[in-house]
Amino acid sequence: MSDPVNSIAEWLRMIMAGWGLSDTLITVILAVLGVVVLATIVLVVDILLVWIERKMVARFQDRLGPNRVGPFGIIQPIADVIKLLIKEDIMPQGADKFIFNLAPILALATVLLLWAVVPFAPTIIGADINVAVLYVVAIGSIGTLGIIMAGWASNNKYALLGAFRTVAMMIAYEVPMIIALLVPVLLARSMGMQSIVEAQSPWYIFVVPLAALILFVSSIAELGRTPFDISEAESEIVAGFHIEYTGMKFGLFYAGELLHALTVSALIATLFLGGWRGPFVDQVPILGPVYLFIKAFLVYYLIMWIRYSFPRVRIDQMLGFNWKFLTPLALFLLIVVAILDKAMVEFEPLWYVVVMLAANLLIVWGTILILRRYARIERIRIAKERPVARALETDMNEFVGQE
Amino acid sequence: MTVMQVVFLVTAIVSLGGAVMVVTARNLIHSALWLILTLFGVAVMYGLLSATFFSVIQVVIYIGAIAILMIFAIMLTRRVIQEPGSTVNKGWWLAGLMALVLFTALVWMLSIWPGFQTTLPTLPEDFDSIQVLGTALVSPEGYVIPFEIASVLLLAALIGAVAVAWERKS
Repeated sequence: MSDPVNSIAEWLRMIMAGWGLSDTLITVILAVLGVVVLATIVLVVDILLVWIERKMVARFQDRLGPNRVGPFGIIQPIADVIKLLIKEDIMPQGADKFIFNLAPILALATVLLLWAVVPFAPTIIGADINVAVLYVVAIGSIGTLGIIMAGWASNNKYALLGAFRTVAMMIAYEVPMIIALLVPVLLARSMGMQSIVEAQSPWYIFVVPLAALILFVSSIAELGRTPFDISEAESEIVAGFHIEYTGMKFGLFYAGELLHALTVSALIATLFLGGWRGPFVDQVPILGPVYLFIKAFLVYYLIMWIRYSFPRVRIDQMLGFNWKFLTPLALFLLIVVAILDKAMVEFEPLWYVVVMLAANLLIVWGTILILRRYARIERIRIAKERPVARALETDMNEFVGQE
Repeated sequence: MTVMQVVFLVTAIVSLGGAVMVVTARNLIHSALWLILTLFGVAVMYGLLSATFFSVIQVVIYIGAIAILMIFAIMLTRRVIQEPGSTVNKGWWLAGLMALVLFTALVWMLSIWPGFQTTLPTLPEDFDSIQVLGTALVSPEGYVIPFEIASVLLLAALIGAVAVAWERKS
């Protein structure tokens, strides 16, 4: 009774075998059922996320947020969904119909695909493939494709600009993200999510906190959330790539964005916070999803906290931050972790963790020193007097004369 | 027909159809998107051959990097996205003949190739293809020299790109 998901699967298998179906067919039917159930659960959580996000942003801005429909306004997202469904569906003139319609589906579907490799419990995982970490990267690149398609097919210059910005950002931040993802792979000696979770004693955030931080920052950039939300900067390009979308097509982008944030949180929780690990999880596997979602929502809360507290950065600052700071730091960390890992293969696990943690903190300390020096030089550079543009005397007179 | 054969046939039809559409589509962006479908079909083929690593790498490199770069380049060139005229030129019958001859030759060669008849060997349960691949890439008996040469080449390309883009202060 402690593992209901597998018990139900076994029970269904028995019933279907009783009907005389072949083994292959039963496996296919059970796999399809599993996909449908997982996608449904995730999408229902997604509806709840709308409420969480709106309530949370209200709290950060000292407002109440939705509080009219249902207790604490919890029915509000349902009303939103109904509103989105009955809105007029507008197709912009000159739009590429097929690609225009395909893009929002791709944007949400790629996020759902990521849940296939998230382990919920020791016995519950969609597909325990041995290249799960690479799979996450591959699916992320298909997600980029959806945004490009939306931006191009809309026949709108703001949408196209948003798509360009998104691609520049995603391609850039993929580099430190992949390098940071390599660190847990290196420590666990496997690319499978389940083996990475099983190898985490203690959690990797206590072994390599810097890798977790790099992954966290580059994930926020991949999500396109503030402070990296230049792809949909309202004050510059109105709404970016989804400017022309209305009704449920816009709803799919919106849902995809929120769900992507939770998915990335779940992945960070899996890779660095021990995934389903927690007390009594070996006896009662159903506690695994509970622990995973608690950790995922903790990371999600951090993402929201950053989103609603920071201003947006400029595109040159953002790319400079990535190429000149995050990527070299991630590369250096990877080299240090790889060398230390080989050097300490004979050590006690406790010493291993202590030395790794010390090395990480040392790198952080060194980075802060370098950053402080850079900031001092930058302050001097900016404080220097610079030529100011002035109108010529004659132009001025002309202008005044016209008045 | 087994499930595998059905999946293979569907994938083959989709990737070949996509490949035909790449050369016949009038819109360059559509061509690029059809190309992505074809490349995805190839990734599924790798998956069917239990080469999961190649399957995922195919998506990362060909769809995530090359195809997106192509679309990016096409979108940056403002005009000439649409081809108004005919998509075939005068020598189409010659190209068709060559393709037919090549296809016949390939089919004939494959029909006499003994490897075509062998069945797939079943792998042991705990076989980790990635670990075997990783060890082979860095072991002296394996492919360490090609691997290192490829790494140096990539590093040189990386440094070259930085050198080309470097803004020289006069």
